[in-house]
Amino acid sequence: MTALLELRSVDKAFGAVQVLKGVDFTVEAGRVVALAGENGAGKSTLMKIITGIYGRDAGTMRYRGEDVRFTNARQSMDAGIGMIHQELNLLPALSVGENIFLGREPVDGTGRILWGQIERDSRHWLKQLKQDIDPRTETGKLSIAQQQMVEIARALSMNAEVIIMDEPTDSLTDVETKILFDVVDHLRAEGKGLVFISHRLGEIFAMCDDVAVLRDGAMIHQGPVSEIDEDGLIRHMVGRELSDQYPYMPAAPADVRLKVENLVARGVREVSFEARAGEVVGFAGLVGAGRTELGKAIYGANPAKSGRIEIDGQEMRLRTPRSGVLAGIGYVTEDRKLEGLIQAHGLRQNMALTGLFRFTGKTGHIDKRTERREITEYINAFSIKTHGIDAIVSQLSGGNQQKVSIAKSLVPQPRILILDEPTRGVDVGAKREIYTLINELKAQGLCILLMSSDMPELLGISDRILVMSNGLLTGSFARDEADQEEIMRCTVAGLTEGVAP
Amino acid sequence: MKVKQFATENIPLIGLIVLMAAVSLYSPSFLTVDNLLNILRQTSINAVIAMGMTFVILTAGIDLSVGSILAFAGAVCASMIAADTPLIVALLTTIVIGAALGAASGSIVAFFGVQAFIATLVAMTMVRGLVLVYTDGRPISTGNFDVANSFYEVGGGYVAGIPIPVIIAALAFLVCWYVLNFTRLGRYVYAIGGNEQVALLAGVNVARVKVIVYAISGALSALAGIILTARLESAQPTAGLAYELDAIAAVVLGGTSLAGGRGRITGTLIGALIIGVLNNALNIMDVSSYYQMIAKGAVILLAVVLDGRSKATSK
Repeated sequence: MTALLELRSVDKAFGAVQVLKGVDFTVEAGRVVALAGENGAGKSTLMKIITGIYGRDAGTMRYRGEDVRFTNARQSMDAGIGMIHQELNLLPALSVGENIFLGREPVDGTGRILWGQIERDSRHWLKQLKQDIDPRTETGKLSIAQQQMVEIARALSMNAEVIIMDEPTDSLTDVETKILFDVVDHLRAEGKGLVFISHRLGEIFAMCDDVAVLRDGAMIHQGPVSEIDEDGLIRHMVGRELSDQYPYMPAAPADVRLKVENLVARGVREVSFEARAGEVVGFAGLVGAGRTELGKAIYGANPAKSGRIEIDGQEMRLRTPRSGVLAGIGYVTEDRKLEGLIQAHGLRQNMALTGLFRFTGKTGHIDKRTERREITEYINAFSIKTHGIDAIVSQLSGGNQQKVSIAKSLVPQPRILILDEPTRGVDVGAKREIYTLINELKAQGLCILLMSSDMPELLGISDRILVMSNGLLTGSFARDEADQEEIMRCTVAGLTEGVAP
Repeated sequence: MKVKQFATENIPLIGLIVLMAAVSLYSPSFLTVDNLLNILRQTSINAVIAMGMTFVILTAGIDLSVGSILAFAGAVCASMIAADTPLIVALLTTIVIGAALGAASGSIVAFFGVQAFIATLVAMTMVRGLVLVYTDGRPISTGNFDVANSFYEVGGGYVAGIPIPVIIAALAFLVCWYVLNFTRLGRYVYAIGGNEQVALLAGVNVARVKVIVYAISGALSALAGIILTARLESAQPTAGLAYELDAIAAVVLGGTSLAGGRGRITGTLIGALIIGVLNNALNIMDVSSYYQMIAKGAVILLAVVLDGRSKATSK
């Protein structure tokens, strides 16, 4: 084994806060190392030090046998360290080839861009990844998975020796994840060193050779994956035992709360189902299967073209999110940053936004005392870690932001709660808190629709699982008969021109 | 730490104080009650417009039509006064017309998805044309009825030694401050500027709020038009040319982000006062009006750069 990249005793502080304490970290050629740890453990700081975005206060970094100190991302990139960010750094309006060669376009003597060469080289790198993507395609039209492949191709085209992937599978479906795994295998065989940051423990065990665990800025463990099990890994990450990853409370479903009949909307071809008060109905499916669109259609954000929606036996006409809120529907979006929370605003403003009518009278005057009291209650009840009711949302960790997002949808006191990927980008500890919360809400009699691409999570906390494919419902499973393979089969059922079950 | 935080959050206010201190050292006639009241009166028109502009900019919009609406409102008001319309009726009608014009450009922004810059540029051009048609390009006199005399008081009168325009601006400020900080509408204005998609999904009627916001800007522009017309005792077809620039400058000087969602109406008031003090000081110092524009631009640039830097470092 040769160490491509070796960090020793790296320290980093922001002001008085020590973020990294004597961290050792090694990336070896031909191996995939997983970097695990809860949000705020220092993973992204460590990566930013490696890529030169932050300087280090102490410690050494050796890259291919030489001491290095990168002072900006460009330098590390030129040296062969590529980073694939969670939020893709591609320009959607440019072509795939333009993105791959952005900033280093090949030119002839007069400064004209050699488009032929861009196309040829792009095709070459994409082919290396077994991707059949035309370099002339507009990047924004590709799926997230394909865009990720473009990013990887970009890194390869810069002769990257070390490739860092920050939660690459978070927005991918199972099928797409498999493709990514194949690519990772391929890169490993080529002798590249890979760093894989993920909250999904299953993937760490399936794909990585080594695992390194950061906790509170210290490197707790680094060693081969084969020498540790899932419980041991969780113990390292959270520093305590987590008895059960998916706490489940048996349901005592009551009357039918939501009845959807022949609902047709953008991305939803025709869907009928019922959900009861005090029940968690999970929705499985690939990305693009229509789950998000269905959730938004019920909420009124994706107005139905035809069909009926009944709540507690009463027909509802839901044409706008506003009508959804007033009908007693809470909606938590999968995209916290773009649709969920105003990142630059405070907790209070965000949490009170949807249910503001509860704090105002006819004149629109906000009763700030009641507002403060209720918001504070939610902050305490959800144990949201913040230094105050007016703290800026973007400064919270992913898990806390997600709790704020859920609390926001609960302030109007809904009867139905739609959760779209509620644990995306959330660490293990916070995930469990969110599951517990879902259980509590269920016990209070809420009807919960849970859309998730995390299959163990769906199986773990749903009372019932419905499967969507290509805008149709293709399967329905009770909790005790739900089986991962059967569900997987249903997720691709509609793709070969769908037949309803 | 506390002091530093106060300083970074109140750069406009500190700037105003420093500016006033500097000018008073240079000229003893600056810090007199008469001169200060004079500054306040001269500032009131821009301040009133800038308050409406603050609403619009907080939603991440912009309103270029304020000067044209001011001129049209002034012209309509002057002709109503000349026709012996009861004062209160004339004033209210004028403000309603301003609000309606604002709501019209707001509707174009809200319902047709036209960018605010373009929509209000169109409104600015068309309303200015409307002014020229209405006035036939000539000033409109306010006539000789008794009502004209009480109308002049709106621009030139005093209550308890304070100029009436200053009182009007102060009242407008209080209303705007209340709406932005204590009402649902205010919260929605900030939310839309912060992230329109989030606001929409949270059940905010975004289109309606936008129309209201531009209507507020139009109404306040009309109010400014009333003050100006009353002071000049006639309506000029070219009134309010380039007023949108001073209003935007006041908002930006006050620390409100052009990207929307962040800013305070108190900042806008201070921004308007900075421009007012600057104009006054340059006059006292006998700086030629050509150089005045350069100086004014330089101060605005300095303020915005300083403010931007303090925000970047406090992140």
